[in-house]
Parts: sequence; structure tokens; C-alpha cells
Amino acid sequence: MRHDHIISAKQLTRADIEEVLDHAADIAEDPGAYADRHADTLLGMLFFEPSTRTKMSFTTAMKRLGGDIVDMGSVESSSVKKGESLADTVRVVEGYADALVLRHPMEGSSKMASEFVDVPLVNAGDGAGQHPTQTLLDLYTIRENAGFDDLTIGIMGDLKYGRTVHSLAHALTNVDAHQHFISPESLKLPRSVRYDLHQEGADVREHTELDDILPELDVLYVTRIQRERFPDESEYREVAGQYQIDGETLDVAKDDLTVMHPLPRVDEIAHEVDDTDHAKYFQQAHNGVPVRMALLDLLLGGESER
Amino acid sequence: MTDDRKLRVSKIRNGTVIDHIAGGQALNVLAILGIDGTSGESVSVAMNMPSDRLGKKDIVKVEGRELSQNEVDVLSLIAPAASINIVRDYEVVEKHRVERPEVVVGVLECPNHNCITTEDEPVESRFAVVDDGVRCEYCDTIIRNDLPAHILAD
Ligand SMILES: [Zn+2]
Repeated sequence: MRHDHIISAKQLTRADIEEVLDHAADIAEDPGAYADRHADTLLGMLFFEPSTRTKMSFTTAMKRLGGDIVDMGSVESSSVKKGESLADTVRVVEGYADALVLRHPMEGSSKMASEFVDVPLVNAGDGAGQHPTQTLLDLYTIRENAGFDDLTIGIMGDLKYGRTVHSLAHALTNVDAHQHFISPESLKLPRSVRYDLHQEGADVREHTELDDILPELDVLYVTRIQRERFPDESEYREVAGQYQIDGETLDVAKDDLTVMHPLPRVDEIAHEVDDTDHAKYFQQAHNGVPVRMALLDLLLGGESER
Repeated sequence: MTDDRKLRVSKIRNGTVIDHIAGGQALNVLAILGIDGTSGESVSVAMNMPSDRLGKKDIVKVEGRELSQNEVDVLSLIAPAASINIVRDYEVVEKHRVERPEVVVGVLECPNHNCITTEDEPVESRFAVVDDGVRCEYCDTIIRNDLPAHILAD
């Protein structure tokens, strides 16, 4: 990896992606071999909005590499509340930690922050912008279950505001996947993402009905349609109901369809699907640890074994 | 009209003549230069003049002001065919075509209110110039139309 910081899935080439995923696979196979790899390393956790899962996943990854974390704590109790700029905060914490993980509610925050520090900085979500480590663990799960060759994937739900979707779409372009986007008209992919996909020559189609495309899919990636995006409850109910899947929905799917979800889910996927071979969303969440271990190891100067 | 006043319209002593602006864009050019008549500069504008190259063109002459590279960069986005003539003592001393830059820095304000560049942080806005507009390098927001409305106040 030749990157100093991980800011956006867009910066990752296919070679970068495969390097991280291969390394993650090695780690997953024998995690004990990496247990002292980064003893004495401290990861600075800068979470400007709550995200228990992502934070736990990074914390676990660092500790499994033998290192530890220093945590800024909640924004409420920090100097940020007193009006300190993000640029100042990261320059201060850079002095304590060997690498930084930043979650911030504003778009572009990680890119800006990375311009002020010399230690590696990983974007753990910037507003509606990017969430590249989620993308890497999504790709890991996809590769594990469906492979990258001639992959046909459907991405369904809130495509407008879902940053995980935007990052994933960019990355899938690198592996030449056939991408189908399924959403209500009002939650279609934003213009800037469609612009990029078009520029990159991606094979992309948009649908409003899952039925139109479900039988062709190798992977169905479901995201949550957020209630707060709709002006009134009845409008939300009408739309959300159309994008729920259960055992019956999947009758027409391929036997080896992989169903994914970045979690948390509300009712997009019925619990009865959990017990089928299609359900890979918990595995997907667990994959966050080896993938983040691999990424941190590479950023902190570890060598890929392959 | 006296000869003196005729002269003022047709020639400037020191300043900039922007020629070959697409017909109808002159007021946007003035907006980009931050000229609204209140700062006392002497400005002449000719609109929809016949032009071999453009069909119709606008011309803007600004007395006593040479354009900065930043201004020329943004200008290029709405007037890609423009030529810029720097005049000193009634003579054109420099003449150049505008060129579309790859990035414009610190000139435009990102329209995304949730973009980090709109906060009180020590960072300048940066827009990459794309085929049909500009794009924020921090949050990816694209501006296609209405560029002058996004020019940062000094
Ligand atoms: Zn922006």
C-alpha cells in the first residue's frame, strides 16, 4: 500500500483492494500470529458522533494486533465543545497516537484533517460522504461468498444518502461488477455518484422494483430506508414496505444468492432470512475486524506476506 | 459627446480588456470580478457585439485593475473563449487566452452546508474543474450552473 491515509474508497485501486483483502484473509486464518505485531502502538480514536460498532471494531482490531487505543471521549466532554477547530484537535492528538481514526458529521472532514497530520489517518465516516473501511469489509464478504469474477450485484434501499452505498459503488467499478441499483424514485443515487460511475464506464442499471432483477443477482446488498428522510409517516410506510425481503421474496433468487446489510437493520430483512444460507450480514459485520487489522497493519508499515 | 468621453469608452489607460466573452455573459463576468459599480472603478461593457468567432460576443473593460490568476481561472469557466488584454499607458502589454485550470482554490464557496470547507477551519475551498462544471475536492458536490453565485466574498 502506498497510501498515507485512507480517506475515500475512490483512492483504492484494484491492486490496493486485493492487497488488503488478501492480507485480511491471512490474518483471519491465523489471528494469533499477529497478536504482538503492533505492541506499543496507540491508535487515536476521534469520534465526533456516536458510532458504537465502528468504534468497537477498530478498537478490537488494534488490540488484536497487540496495540491499544487513546480515546478522545465524547464530544460533549472535550475541548471541541469549547470551539476548537478540527484541524487543531487532530494536530494535538497526532502527538499522542501513531495513527488516527476519525468519524465526523461533516463531509470532507477526513480529507481536511489528513492535510494537517503526518501519522496515518483513516476515515471512519464523514457525514454523507465516504466510509472506506466499511467498503473494504463489504468487498471482503463479497469476494468470500460470490467472488469478483463476472459478479452481478443488486444494491437496494436508500441510495441517495447511504454513504456505504456510494463507496461500494466506486469500488465495484474497479472489479468490473454489473451493478443494479434498486430504490424508490426519491432515493436514487445522487448526481455526483452517477457522474463518477459514468466517467469510469461502469455497467450500471437503475430499477424501482427488486423483482425485475432479483433472479439474476449473485449478491443483494440491502440498506435501511430512513424514516427521517420522509416528510410524513404514511409516505415512508408505502415506500419502505416495497423494499422488504423475506423468505418468499427470495424464492425466485439463485440458490447461492448472498444477502448483505451494513447493519443495523430495522425491518428490511425479515428474521426468517437469518436462518437461510443467503444471510451473510453477521459474517459481514465480523469481517470488520480482520479487514481493519489488515488495513492498520499495512498503514503502520507491516508487510503483506504474499 | 466630447472627444474625451468617446476616448474613455473605446480605450483605457491602465487596466484590463476582456474580449470574446460569449454573448450575454458580461454581467456574470462582472460578478466574478466582484464589480457592482459601488467601488468606483470605471467600467465599460459592450454586449452582443457581432463576432466572427462567437456569433455574438461581449466585451468588458476595467480601468485601473489587472486581473489575478484566481479571477482569470474562474472567468475561464464561464467564458472559455475569452482573451485578456492587460493595458498599461494605452498599450496592450500582455495578451492571453484564458485556460481552463485543473483546480480553482479559495475562489468559490461550496454550496453544501455540511461541507467542512464551510466551517471555521484553516482550509481554503478547492474545486476540481470537470467537464461540465466544478466539483468540491472535499465533499464531491458538483456546481454546474450559476457559478458567480458561489464566489466567495473577499
Ligand atoms: Zn464541499
